[in-house]
Amino acid sequence: MKSAIILFPGTNREKDMEMALTHVTGRAPDIVWHKESTLPECDLMVLPGGFSYGDYLRCGAMAAHSPIMKEVIARAQKGVRLLAVCNGFQMLVETGLVPGALLHNRSVKFICKQVHLRVENTTTDFTNAFSRHQVIQVPVAHGEGNYFIDANGLKALEDNDQIAFRYCDATGAITEAANPNGAVANIAGVFNTTKTIMGMMPHPENAVVPHVNGHQGTALFQSLVEALG
Amino acid sequence: MTVQIAAKQKPVVQEPAITADLAKSFGMTADEFQLVHDILGRAPTYTELGVFSVMWSEHCSYKSSRIHLKKLPTTGACVIQGPGEGAGVIDIGDNQAALFKMESHNHPSFIEPYQGAATGVGGIMRDVFTMGGRPIANLNALRFGDPSHPKTRSLVKGVVAGISGYGNCTGVPTVGGETNFHTSYNGNILVNAMTVGLADQDNIYYARGAGVGQPIVYVGSKTGRDGIHGATMASAEFGDGNEDNRPTVQVGDPFTEKLLIEACLELMQSDAIISIQDMGAAGLTSSSVEIASKGDIGVVLTLDDVPQREHGMVPYEIMLSESQERMLMILKPGSEDTARAIIEKWDLDFAVIGYTTDDKRLKLYMYGECWCDIPVPPLVDQSPLYDRPSVPPVLPAAIDNTAYPLPDHSVLAALRTVIACPDIASKRWIWEQYDSLVMGETIFSPGIANTQALKSGDAALVKVPNKDKALAMSSDVTPRYVHADPYEGGKQAVAESWRNITATGATPLAVTNNLNFGNPEKPEIMGQFVATLNGMGDACRALDYPIVSGNVSLYNETSGQAIQPTPTIGGVGLIADYKQAVGLGFVRANETILVIGTTSGHLGQSLYLREVHGMETGRAPVVDLAAEKANGQFVRSEILAGHISACHDVSDGGLLVAIAEMAMAGQMGATLDAVSENPAAFWFGEDQARYVVTTAHPEALLSAAQIGGVPVQKIGVTGGSDLTIASESISIADLTQRNESWLPDYMSGTL
Repeated sequence: MKSAIILFPGTNREKDMEMALTHVTGRAPDIVWHKESTLPECDLMVLPGGFSYGDYLRCGAMAAHSPIMKEVIARAQKGVRLLAVCNGFQMLVETGLVPGALLHNRSVKFICKQVHLRVENTTTDFTNAFSRHQVIQVPVAHGEGNYFIDANGLKALEDNDQIAFRYCDATGAITEAANPNGAVANIAGVFNTTKTIMGMMPHPENAVVPHVNGHQGTALFQSLVEALG
Repeated sequence: MTVQIAAKQKPVVQEPAITADLAKSFGMTADEFQLVHDILGRAPTYTELGVFSVMWSEHCSYKSSRIHLKKLPTTGACVIQGPGEGAGVIDIGDNQAALFKMESHNHPSFIEPYQGAATGVGGIMRDVFTMGGRPIANLNALRFGDPSHPKTRSLVKGVVAGISGYGNCTGVPTVGGETNFHTSYNGNILVNAMTVGLADQDNIYYARGAGVGQPIVYVGSKTGRDGIHGATMASAEFGDGNEDNRPTVQVGDPFTEKLLIEACLELMQSDAIISIQDMGAAGLTSSSVEIASKGDIGVVLTLDDVPQREHGMVPYEIMLSESQERMLMILKPGSEDTARAIIEKWDLDFAVIGYTTDDKRLKLYMYGECWCDIPVPPLVDQSPLYDRPSVPPVLPAAIDNTAYPLPDHSVLAALRTVIACPDIASKRWIWEQYDSLVMGETIFSPGIANTQALKSGDAALVKVPNKDKALAMSSDVTPRYVHADPYEGGKQAVAESWRNITATGATPLAVTNNLNFGNPEKPEIMGQFVATLNGMGDACRALDYPIVSGNVSLYNETSGQAIQPTPTIGGVGLIADYKQAVGLGFVRANETILVIGTTSGHLGQSLYLREVHGMETGRAPVVDLAAEKANGQFVRSEILAGHISACHDVSDGGLLVAIAEMAMAGQMGATLDAVSENPAAFWFGEDQARYVVTTAHPEALLSAAQIGGVPVQKIGVTGGSDLTIASESISIADLTQRNESWLPDYMSGTL
């Protein structure tokens, strides 16, 4: 699997993603500067975490209009897999490739903590190495991760099996207490309709490499390797 | 379309008359004002007076502290660069270096907590990446007033949000720190920020080294009118009603800082930079004077070329602005285009604003006129130096250790109080706002139980990328000890730092210090300062733990009320293999709990006295540096030998608090041996040089201790879900709930 991470001004988790991808796939990803207009051939594109453009306008809003994004969107629409994490997820919803919006955390504070996620759909290229309703522990680190979608939109997501992960407690129960940011229906990650694009707030890339205390994000990257070679 | 840029027009400049009163309002004494005349052989211009006043401010010149700081040990086998540059630099093997420093932003954080704290973080990071070090960890030491003081809650909220907002955005993990509350900080909080960076030893940059005829380049944010005279504000006492100093607090932009980090580190991969200095306190003035002074050269600046955010600025404003996220560089002639391309790739301003000369003068031009022409050597070398009068501290009387019995004869009743008191209570509400995991190398993150990295230790532990080695870092000081006995308190701050690094298995290498004191013009404050430095110096020498950088913050007083002296120590250590490090949480049931070091039950100045008996009294505990060293070396060697599964130093709250924290961190109980004689002193005394360890190999450990002459006492066994002493017990869940609830309850206003 050949992957490319897009680097925006203010991106700060590209190294974490690079470490995780290199560790699981054995192959270092390309890092592509946002002012480039061409993207190397790749099987997976990644929009990483950080504070692109300082999050000064609206998280992800500026980055979604960077020169490289035209190409990223075009490729994603052709089916090249796109993984968007945290600030990347915020950009992704700005592009409209997945529905919804990311609002300020309910606490109106940045929050960094370990959370539990329940894997909702294991038939995708991003999640095939998980078992259905498997509970994994990974960290979140965001100020605006409160996923919002209206009732009709939520129904569509549920009907199309587009919810990737939900926040849950250690036993897998979807509870209010386990929801770190107030996200609608405890949604932590979603797919596009064809499941070729996934956006998520938590950081699986910070739960992969051996020295990190917790490796339950690994299966996400193994899923991609399984699907994309 | 062509864009016409109007030539800068000289604004109408109305400068006040140069008088001794004006100088006084700039914080200068009459003697200092006269000295300026003597150096120049004439009256200074308004701009020149501004330059002199900030360069000679306490903040920049260390005029009250310099002669005492000289006595501190600053050399050692690991030291590459001691105090005097942006940050201290130490050797961590493999041709790599750790760069670190701690710095205060106390006054700005009190006036404008969010921006004050945020720019404190930004400033200390710049000190590190200016020298070529990529920041890999931030720590902070915060002191707030009494929780019941009306300002405290909003100050906590603002300061934490500022640190979070700035640090998280720059992508540098905030991995450790400490937060305490005491009435002495009611009108003068402390915000001390520390950054640790990493560089290759052959790619470290300094302010020194500039030569003649080289271009001077300005990089980063534009200059505005913010922060003018910030260094002077940091060198004055607050009075009540002095809070309308607001306009002088700088505004931080962490996004620009992030770009500046990446741009500088990328440029440093070329050989374009000869010398570099960040524009921190006293902005363009101190950075240009420092480069000139250290290079033994002169500097000519054309201030029209300085990127400006506001219209009609005059040289005085440009030179004294403390706008953030700015750098001054001396480039190799001919490399300007290479440098410009890299800086502009990151969308930052780049401007050649002058050149270096051989006349050792600081000359400033703008609007076609010369506004300042000062000889640099006397500006620096003849800066005032004061040996201020001091009186030796008066130590409080010793107390009768048996006069403070347990409440209701219950050890656990006392524990329930102490574990929930503001200084011991979990600071989760704070550190969950900090991203401690970004960069992906954090092994031990802040807190005790259920932490962000899933593990906690006595020191933060951050792995070096692509290596097995890791850096251990800690921030420590116990102000109530320093207040009671500055000499022993100074020793204790260093010893506790050394102990916290040691407790992870790492070898302590060197420290940075941040000396927060009251008004040095008062002999009793100066007496505290001198005695504290004596104690720190003795401890650093005994523990081979040199001071490689630091910052002095004086005048921490409001309306004549000084803070408790707070000499914060930021320690850095190294462990060769992160897999050998131990955390503080219990790991397995049925392991033996041992205390290393002698427990004699010193209750003076203990948290037990303060929280259970409501008394801040008695002598501070004495630090036996020989025992400290022997006990620590023993603990470290046993950790590295694999005989110790968890380790926690005994500090605030004494033995039982240490054990309770280990239980909460591991979410596992313990059964402790009962003590019949003065259990309050045994469980809550704060004797120094002690560690609690758990082991599956007690015999091996006990015999090694006997051979080494290290005192060891078996005090219990791990296991179960309760902490049990004699007939009393408390569940770990209950203990955790008590420890966790105080701060969120306080912040939500329900307390």
